Amino acid sequence: MSKITINIDGKEIETQEGEYILNAARANNIFIPAICYLSRCSPTLACRLCLVEADGKQVYACNAKSKEGMSVSTSSENIIKERRAIMEVYDVNHPLQCGVCDQSGECELQNYTLEMGVDAQHYAVKDVNRKDIDWGHIHYNPGLCIVCERCVTACKDMIGDNALKTVARGADALEAEYKESMPKDAYAMWNKLNKSLIGLTSGEEMLDCTSCGECAAVCPVGALVDTHFIYSANAWELKQIPATCGHCSAGCQISYDVKHTSIDNTDEKIYRVMNEWNYVSLCGAGRYGFDYQNEVKSKDTAAFAKALEAFKKADTIKFTSTITNEEAFVLQSLKEKFGYKLVNSEAKAFQTFLNDYSQISGTKLYGYDLEATHNANFVISVGTAIKSDNPNARYALNNSMTVNKGAGLYFHPVKDPVIEGLGKSIMTMYHAPLQEEAVLYLILDLFADKERLPSDVVSYLASFHSQKTVTVEEIIKEEITEIVKVMKKNEESGEEEEVEEEKKKMVPKKITKEVIVDDNRLLAILGADEKFMEELEKNLAKKDSFALIAGPDLYTHPNSKNLARLLALIEKYSAFELTMIPTLTNSLGVALICELNDEAGSYTVGYNTKGDFTLSALGDGDLDMPAINQQEGTLTSINKRVNPTNAAIGYKGYELNDIANELGLKADLVIDYTQMLPTSKGFKTKEFDSLPNRYDNDGTEHRGYLLDNVAVKTSGDKSVLKFGDEKLVGTLIYMANPVRQFTPFTNKATNLDEVSGVYMSEEFLSKSDFNEGDTVRVKSLSGELVANIVSDNKISGDIVLLPTFDSKINSEALFSSYRFATASIEKV
Amino acid sequence: MHNEHIQEHFNNRNVTELDSNYYMVDIAAYPTDGWGKFKRVVKRSFRGELFVGLWVVLREMIKFDVHTIQYPAEKMPIGPRYRAVHEMKRLWESDTERCIGCGLCEKICISNCIRIDTKLDENSRKEVTEYSINLGRCIFCGYCAEVCPELAITHGGEYENASDQREHFIMYQDMLTPLDKMKAGTQLEFEGFGAITPHEDERVKKTPLAY
Repeated sequence: MSKITINIDGKEIETQEGEYILNAARANNIFIPAICYLSRCSPTLACRLCLVEADGKQVYACNAKSKEGMSVSTSSENIIKERRAIMEVYDVNHPLQCGVCDQSGECELQNYTLEMGVDAQHYAVKDVNRKDIDWGHIHYNPGLCIVCERCVTACKDMIGDNALKTVARGADALEAEYKESMPKDAYAMWNKLNKSLIGLTSGEEMLDCTSCGECAAVCPVGALVDTHFIYSANAWELKQIPATCGHCSAGCQISYDVKHTSIDNTDEKIYRVMNEWNYVSLCGAGRYGFDYQNEVKSKDTAAFAKALEAFKKADTIKFTSTITNEEAFVLQSLKEKFGYKLVNSEAKAFQTFLNDYSQISGTKLYGYDLEATHNANFVISVGTAIKSDNPNARYALNNSMTVNKGAGLYFHPVKDPVIEGLGKSIMTMYHAPLQEEAVLYLILDLFADKERLPSDVVSYLASFHSQKTVTVEEIIKEEITEIVKVMKKNEESGEEEEVEEEKKKMVPKKITKEVIVDDNRLLAILGADEKFMEELEKNLAKKDSFALIAGPDLYTHPNSKNLARLLALIEKYSAFELTMIPTLTNSLGVALICELNDEAGSYTVGYNTKGDFTLSALGDGDLDMPAINQQEGTLTSINKRVNPTNAAIGYKGYELNDIANELGLKADLVIDYTQMLPTSKGFKTKEFDSLPNRYDNDGTEHRGYLLDNVAVKTSGDKSVLKFGDEKLVGTLIYMANPVRQFTPFTNKATNLDEVSGVYMSEEFLSKSDFNEGDTVRVKSLSGELVANIVSDNKISGDIVLLPTFDSKINSEALFSSYRFATASIEKV
Repeated sequence: MHNEHIQEHFNNRNVTELDSNYYMVDIAAYPTDGWGKFKRVVKRSFRGELFVGLWVVLREMIKFDVHTIQYPAEKMPIGPRYRAVHEMKRLWESDTERCIGCGLCEKICISNCIRIDTKLDENSRKEVTEYSINLGRCIFCGYCAEVCPELAITHGGEYENASDQREHFIMYQDMLTPLDKMKAGTQLEFEGFGAITPHEDERVKKTPLAY
């Protein structure tokens, strides 16, 4: 890819060779109308509005690639005629009751109809019955649908659910005269539009997907609307608060759309969450889990006084990573001042893991991020239930496969139909728990540069290889000669007579043959099927950029140190670029800012977690705290970005900064600490108010700032341990949440209605004598819990999932630290 | 023709050119000295014009030709385009409310005195759950009536806004044409801005239909 110059409407612009003309134009603020195209997805070619003239030829800007010296004109007499006719076609049978449409005011059909100056209609076709349909969290109104297929494209190319498709409309054919009288592209576009509507791939009545709502976000008209939002507010009434999603480590750009609650109540309320869907895709938690604020009537002075007392008494602060960087900094400052122990097991595990990783890699942080993973074409995921741990990592994996013609490799013990559904080029390997080291060794074996790799690792890897003789069946082509009788005219007599002729023919023949092949015992250990290597080779063809996503299973693994070192080796000696998924929203920020302790002392103040005195943004503690949507501050994301977030709605109670000020720290606002975040860890001395939160037209992210990846001194020791053959067997439990749930905060949101309980796959339920709804006792070595069985069709296989989002179910008690454990399950 | 005449009349402001209809009022020079001023006062006071006025009153009193309106017992008729307190109209065909809750009146209101709450009702339609206008803030500009796509919100003739407090809110139900009035067929249409003009049909571009 090299830089080239093209000319659009007389303006010289610089772009990448092979970039679509539309993207090149958008990046340079040149307007080309287009409805169906989505940045980061493949061109759909449904709307045909982006018609331009490139070097005298009419092309579609969304799928025509730029070439050096190309001259593009965005309009001509013919193109204007086409565009006007296309917009008229879109308006055929489109209801004019914009007043009762939720998209009114931000509707692309409205905008383009005005833009093209459509003031009269020339076309008509008989409409079909288009009744609106309730798909659960999404409402589809086919009467408003212009079948641009943006929803289908987003679902397929970005999300990977493939839940939507076009279905037959069942309309009358267009009148024949239009073919002659209409502009050509407009007619072709109408002909296609008139045959289709949007429907569910599953053929069911209700949507059964991972419920991200991205389809409704990208819908240019009011055809797809979030059910909760219908008729509750108009686009122009909503004030947009730029923010960062506080649910997981992806740190997605969002805006909270707020308006007064009602005529009687002028307090602001969040009506919906929007995103810049061309550049960032949300998951269901981000989109629908917005009302987790902690509503407090006033400052509770008595509780505040008690909190101060508790802080004076306490020797430990226990907290979770659902806090901002500034709050983490406050806690660290309190530690430095009063010697509190800071206890946060999940951030501590991640911190230790990062430190172990640094010992070989020489950098504080992993080298890659999800943005770059979108552009890779071979992605491996290891040690994470990717769809629920970090939905954006899954989008990156899917997007790289669909748009870059990439392939993926998914290592995890829990069988996942959602991942399998991403497409043909994803390979899954469901290894046994505790075998993650073998997985990393396999990756080293398959992809590392053996010449540079430390020799003891090379020889260790070689010990798994042996040669074996296998009998293979092969089909070869063999030449045979056969004699056939043909009728031929005798030239002399002029009569037909039978003549024998020799003919040569190739026929396939099956033979068996013995060949010596390489046998990789690692594959057998991990339970790969026989075709694995063959398939992998096929998938690796034409791949040149490799990304590895590593997840939280590794951080709490008993041999996490070795895993961290192996990851560093992979990053160092193979083409793979590494991204790690921080466990919770701000685990990375906390791991960088706080010095964490392992053991709690005698008296604990808990922040969003149970302590002897509990501060809680969940509203269940001794003193209320603001939730992330009520706070200003920054969050550190998986992309190593420090993203600013703003308070969407007011908070009337006390916050951590008030306590800190009483205890002797001094800051008017908690965001005064933003510029004091430790530069030694990669933070920058930037004021909160100077942090941007937006994307450029070309997709460049201007959000907060990127952390510096600080260099770390290494000892030069690159040794790694061999892996053991320990495996967890028996009935296995895994600590993971369903998609759309992360923490008790997501559980608080009214639109996220996941039922909590013990999740079993349909496959497992049908094999066992458990039924959905049964109350069971799950018992492991470290604890037990009683909960109801929930049937989960987003997992398959035998491993049972225990969630952490419901504080009523204390799943943590059953696990020592590793996310898997063996357990017994019995009915109560 | 009539319009042209008016236009000509109003566009030409040059008084000197229009000979017949305009004349200069004859104003005598103001007295400058004290004696002159005294004479003017006497002249104006005792000219008997006072009794002319008194006679007119007396005459009308005897004739009982009284023009005084006995407000509030009597009220002047209000023109159909007058913009006083808002009304919410119903549909003639079905008696149902015309307002669809689009929120355009709320948006266009320059004194920001209208607020609407809407929701999805059981019949999958947009329902107006609450609608309020702060009359203390309303400047009766008529934009809301003009922008309303359904001719639902209009101005009425009710101009008595006296209230014991500055904020005086009027709710949807207060403005809505009562059903009995509707049944009696006495709902009045508003003829001001936003109403349908007599020649509307000629201006509409027809959309082809395939039926």
